[in-house]
Amino acid sequence: MTIIEARGLTKTYRSKSGPVHALAGLDLSVPRGSVKALLGPNGAGKTTVVKMLTTLIRPDAGTAFVDGIDVVADPKGVRRIIGVSGQYAAVDENLTGFENLEMVGRLYHLGGALARRRAQELIDLFELTAAGNRPVKGFSGGMRRRIDLAGALVINPKVLFLDEPTTGLDPRSRIALWQVIKGLVADGTTVLLTTQYLEEADQLADDIVVIDDGRVIAEGTSDQLKAQIGGHRLEIALVDAADSDTARGILARLGDGEPIVTTDGRGLEVAVNDGPLVLQHVLAALGEAKIGLHDAGMRRPTLDDVFLKLTGHKADKAAQQAEDAELETVK
Amino acid sequence: MSVAATLPAWNPLSMWYSDGWTVTKRNLIKIKRSPDMLVFAVIQPIMFVLLFSQVYAGAISVQGTDYVQFLMAGIFAQTVVFGSTFSGSAMAQDLKEGIIDRFRSLPMSSSAVLIGRTNSDLVLNTISMVIMMGTGLAVGWRVNSSAPEFLAGIGLLLLFSYAFSWVMALLGMSVKSPEVINNASFLILFPLTFVSNAFVPSDTLPTPLRIFAEWNPVSSLVQAARQLFGNEGTAPVPDIWTMQNPIATVLIGISVMLLVFVPLCIRKFASISSR
Repeated sequence: MTIIEARGLTKTYRSKSGPVHALAGLDLSVPRGSVKALLGPNGAGKTTVVKMLTTLIRPDAGTAFVDGIDVVADPKGVRRIIGVSGQYAAVDENLTGFENLEMVGRLYHLGGALARRRAQELIDLFELTAAGNRPVKGFSGGMRRRIDLAGALVINPKVLFLDEPTTGLDPRSRIALWQVIKGLVADGTTVLLTTQYLEEADQLADDIVVIDDGRVIAEGTSDQLKAQIGGHRLEIALVDAADSDTARGILARLGDGEPIVTTDGRGLEVAVNDGPLVLQHVLAALGEAKIGLHDAGMRRPTLDDVFLKLTGHKADKAAQQAEDAELETVK
Repeated sequence: MSVAATLPAWNPLSMWYSDGWTVTKRNLIKIKRSPDMLVFAVIQPIMFVLLFSQVYAGAISVQGTDYVQFLMAGIFAQTVVFGSTFSGSAMAQDLKEGIIDRFRSLPMSSSAVLIGRTNSDLVLNTISMVIMMGTGLAVGWRVNSSAPEFLAGIGLLLLFSYAFSWVMALLGMSVKSPEVINNASFLILFPLTFVSNAFVPSDTLPTPLRIFAEWNPVSSLVQAARQLFGNEGTAPVPDIWTMQNPIATVLIGISVMLLVFVPLCIRKFASISSR
């Protein structure tokens, strides 16, 4: 049973350099009670999707329903059952944490008494007691996000939208916010979140939708996606580029994918499912072949790896273009 | 227990009233907590009254009355017109800070944010008005009309400022940053308030400026306020309908601004979003 159902969402913006297709026919369905992550780089269209589903912008084409309510035909009906927390904490700087939450409660039409009671409950729940009666102006980034998230929970929404909930936060605040979100998910709230971090999608979501250039390019559980790119990335750096082919052969034999070799022939990389064990075997095999190493190690796959695998280009297009340009000049 | 399940059913009118009031209260708290804004709203009118009445009173002569009597309606009009621009910059600021996205994702009345904005600016303009009147009385300004006429004059000025707030609010939602609106309003409103009969009788101006001043809506507003406060001199009023019937002109102007810009603002608000 799906609670969010979107078909063929399209949005085109005009810009000086011609039309920009923010969304190019995106389909999305989210089962009730599940957590779905939209994963993609900046400009992929993640925020546009959230803004459409939360009735902030209208699609040029396509349809979207939240709990059976058409977002275009009955925006107010949708707003009654959703909570939204955005990338830039939408809180009023001059109001205290409590006043912000009370205002949101009143605008959900809880009435004064219930709005105040709910504001206090959320202040306690999010451990903002000390800051509840000070203007938000003086809050840290993490505290603002928590107030903003609390604002999305004033009613217990049927669907919670989180647009890059931890972008720009320090690691400690990020983990603290993950804990809060996990708690909500445990209570059965349906969550649609967007993120640029594979790790975040991995931590929070049941299902991940990878989007690029306004369309879905892959979909599945975290494990399914990782199976495509391997659980870890194994990287080695050779002393002598002449050993490149031999080393490549070893990685191809022991790894779980096609090895990638850098242009100078010294850096090699391969996806592996059982990282530590494969690393031991690879090091032993390279030692037998008397191949010298500058460096060897493992790392977790990043969004870049997913993208490189799925699209053939890196997530950060600006960086990719800069790299391509550099290669051109080298040639 | 779901909080939503306990919600009472609201009729549209009480929802509209309650939401408008909630946003007004939010804006008033904001004003209270930004002392710089409050000081500006209080000091600026005092400064203008003192500057013009003390600096120009000796140099500008007005037929049939003294300059301070002539001046006050002009200062009132100028201050409320400038006060309305705050609606524009505040809308632009809210849009930039993302709070508009928060409001738009809530099931609130679609005009509440605009109602709240223009209401709170009316409060701010009323405060400025009271302070200006006090300062005016201190430098020798006197009302030479009946109490109903005096109140009608105040009402007309505030109603004009309220209607003009909607014009500025639309502008505020249409620009890219709050700075744009501050600069733009400066460029538009200075000529509009100064090339009028607010500070000098318009018949003293060179012909092109005189014609502009006579047809300038601010001149009608000033003329209407002067009539209602009994501060007109004996100088002949320009022989055009808007100046001969300033109160009717201002009332028509207010109606037109509200009829055109309230729907435009509500429509615009339904499609705006930060970034």
